[in-house]
Amino acid sequence: MSFAEYSECIAEGDVAIIYLSHDAMMPVKVQKGAQTQTRYGVIRHSQDLIGHKYGSKVSCSKGWVHVLHPTPELWTVSLPHRTQILYTTDISMITMMLELKPGAIVCESGTGSGSLSHAIIRSIAPSGHLHTVEFHQQRALKVQEEFNEHRVGHMVTVRNQDVCKDGFGVSGVADAVFLDIPSPWDAVGHAKNALKRQGGRACSFSPCIEQVQRTCAAFSDHGFSELCTVEILLQVHDVRTVSLPLPDFGPNPDLNQDQNQDQNLNQNQSGPGAVTIKTTTAPREIPGHTGFLTFATKPRT
Amino acid sequence: MADNGDDDSQYRMKEGDYVVLKRGDIFKAAQIVAKKKVIFEKQWFFLENAVGHLYNSTFEIHGGHLQLKKTSDTGNSADSKEVAGVDNRNIVDDGKSQKLTRDDIEMLKEKGLKGQEIIQQLIDNSSTFKDKTEYAQDKYIKKKKKKYENSVTLLKPSCRILAMMYHGREPGKICHLRYDTLAQMLTLANIHAGSKVVVFETCAGLVLGAVMERMGGFGSVVQMYPGGGPVRAGVDSFGFPAHFHNTLHEFPLCRVNALLNGTLEAAGKDPSADEQAANVEEEQREPEAEQQGSPEELRMETSTDVTERPEPEEPEEREKEKRKEAKEQEKKQRLDEKRKKLAAAAAVLEGRNADGLVIASRFHPCPVLMGLLPLLAPSRPFVVYSQYKEPLVECYTKLKEQGGTVNLQLTNTWLRHYQVLPNRTHPVLLMSGGGGYLLSGTTVASGQSNPGQSKPVQTKPGKSKAAEEEPAAKRVKSTDTDA
Repeated sequence: MSFAEYSECIAEGDVAIIYLSHDAMMPVKVQKGAQTQTRYGVIRHSQDLIGHKYGSKVSCSKGWVHVLHPTPELWTVSLPHRTQILYTTDISMITMMLELKPGAIVCESGTGSGSLSHAIIRSIAPSGHLHTVEFHQQRALKVQEEFNEHRVGHMVTVRNQDVCKDGFGVSGVADAVFLDIPSPWDAVGHAKNALKRQGGRACSFSPCIEQVQRTCAAFSDHGFSELCTVEILLQVHDVRTVSLPLPDFGPNPDLNQDQNQDQNLNQNQSGPGAVTIKTTTAPREIPGHTGFLTFATKPRT
Repeated sequence: MADNGDDDSQYRMKEGDYVVLKRGDIFKAAQIVAKKKVIFEKQWFFLENAVGHLYNSTFEIHGGHLQLKKTSDTGNSADSKEVAGVDNRNIVDDGKSQKLTRDDIEMLKEKGLKGQEIIQQLIDNSSTFKDKTEYAQDKYIKKKKKKYENSVTLLKPSCRILAMMYHGREPGKICHLRYDTLAQMLTLANIHAGSKVVVFETCAGLVLGAVMERMGGFGSVVQMYPGGGPVRAGVDSFGFPAHFHNTLHEFPLCRVNALLNGTLEAAGKDPSADEQAANVEEEQREPEAEQQGSPEELRMETSTDVTERPEPEEPEEREKEKRKEAKEQEKKQRLDEKRKKLAAAAAVLEGRNADGLVIASRFHPCPVLMGLLPLLAPSRPFVVYSQYKEPLVECYTKLKEQGGTVNLQLTNTWLRHYQVLPNRTHPVLLMSGGGGYLLSGTTVASGQSNPGQSKPVQTKPGKSKAAEEEPAAKRVKSTDTDA
């Protein structure tokens, strides 16, 4: 198992995703003799996980769960939060607009909980590299530990420094730079410096429009071109079977042919009846805003 | 890690390269071919002058030839701003503010004046320009620039650019797949180097190209195709290096059932039957090829290679005979080639252990998904695109019924662009109405018995009731327990 490479069977030391339901998944580190409690009962790693295929069903005392191969997307919805994180919808857009692909060198700050980092590493593996900067020491150490556990540590360098003051720790090597910090305008110069002489792409994620305003000004001042600010929102459709009752207007003395037929139809079902349809509904509440994504191109210098 | 200094060769355009022309938000894919005319935004020109220049260079068009634009020219005429009005209370639309007539402007154009100069003339001859607010002046210049600028930027193709280009130019050809939706697909399907991905698309090859770009030439891609042959015009536009094509396989959709039933004779055990089938395909191929050559297709896909037709020189019998023989030979070779390709693709699929499935077609997605899902290994993602939501609702219902998948999600995305300017920041007035819908999920081992497992799953009595409460686990009947 690796977050950048599939394997068939679960081995000791793997991180597997236990799928309980659509909104309940938990990552577990597979260890001989270890046990994991779920709401469906206990999972014994030695018997239930090690040597089994990813995707198989594990029976517990009160039901069963599926054990899934880890992917950056499953990690995003199950990781332990240490900060606010980026979700798959924004990550997808960032990955495409930054033109990430195998072999790309990417700079990122801040690392935060590593949600985006895993997605970046997956996309640039096996020959690319991620230089990520996190000024919070504890978070930097924790995320480094996770990268090693997920067997992608060789494709990433975590630096514990302040990107606005000290930059990314590399210069002239990056194909793409991503910023998710409170004052990205202070890091635009460092971003430019980190990017290749031949140019590259940059992106900044900010929740507030004032931040976007200042970032765009900084990008322009540093000679970036193709500035583009977008917002992307996910709409989820819950599939439902709903039943719409038909109204009863009482007996109709008017002998309109059409209406009469309708009436007959309804009477067949004893009373006005109902119509059942398959449709989708929106969840009661949805995320209305995550952040603005500003993209820019660094021209060749 | 560090990039090798001054080696710019990979950043320079060569003859035969695929490039994307850009002006403003308009893109067009083209190939650099000597003496080949390209029409872009009502102007025609030759691309050969671009050879040797760096990608991302901007050129001026002069008499059909490209001339590198100097960087100083690209800056806007900010210095021309001297006076500006405060509001528009005294500006009256009498239609006489522009002193230049249409003929005058045509004259200027014919004189070969640069776009920048024409705009300056227009400004100088506008009586109201000085009274306009600073913002209105900006807007005026921007509008005129769009109209009179005759420059073009040449970009290196990428998934981002081509997806935006297709969506802007010919959305009908890619089933109205918006670029943010394509971005979601690539991520949801966990497309990455080293995996084995099955793709079925009728999006001119855009989706296939996007998948190949993300795989970087590592792993394998199997393109399932309907009819006589795969459509890959869009793939060519990506300009992938030759070795990428070694990872690309193709498999006819009409043989999927045979593959799944184990009755596919790909290895050519029965050559006569195989040939028959191939002949049928060959026949099907003809109209398909014609279709591909339609003027509509050619308009954008400059990549559809021009087949070399030897001119008929000697109308002699012998020559004719010879040609016939050669044709026969060629046909046989093609059949052989086809059989080999089929065998190779079948070998990739046979293990039914593909790592990802991406579907984006004009066909009803439900049978396509049900037909191709058995090719996936357990615990692998799949994603289905459809321009319409209802068929995906049907897919969703069917998958829930038959089991073998978890984490099903039916979604679409909204994309809003912003204009960000000092004191003039707001969402862009128009946004795309529809970018299609996605159904995504993950496969799991189906059925009770898991022959691949080293140990049998311990079954406990009385668990079924509890299992029924698990919403994703409703399982009316299980699909194939692989034999």
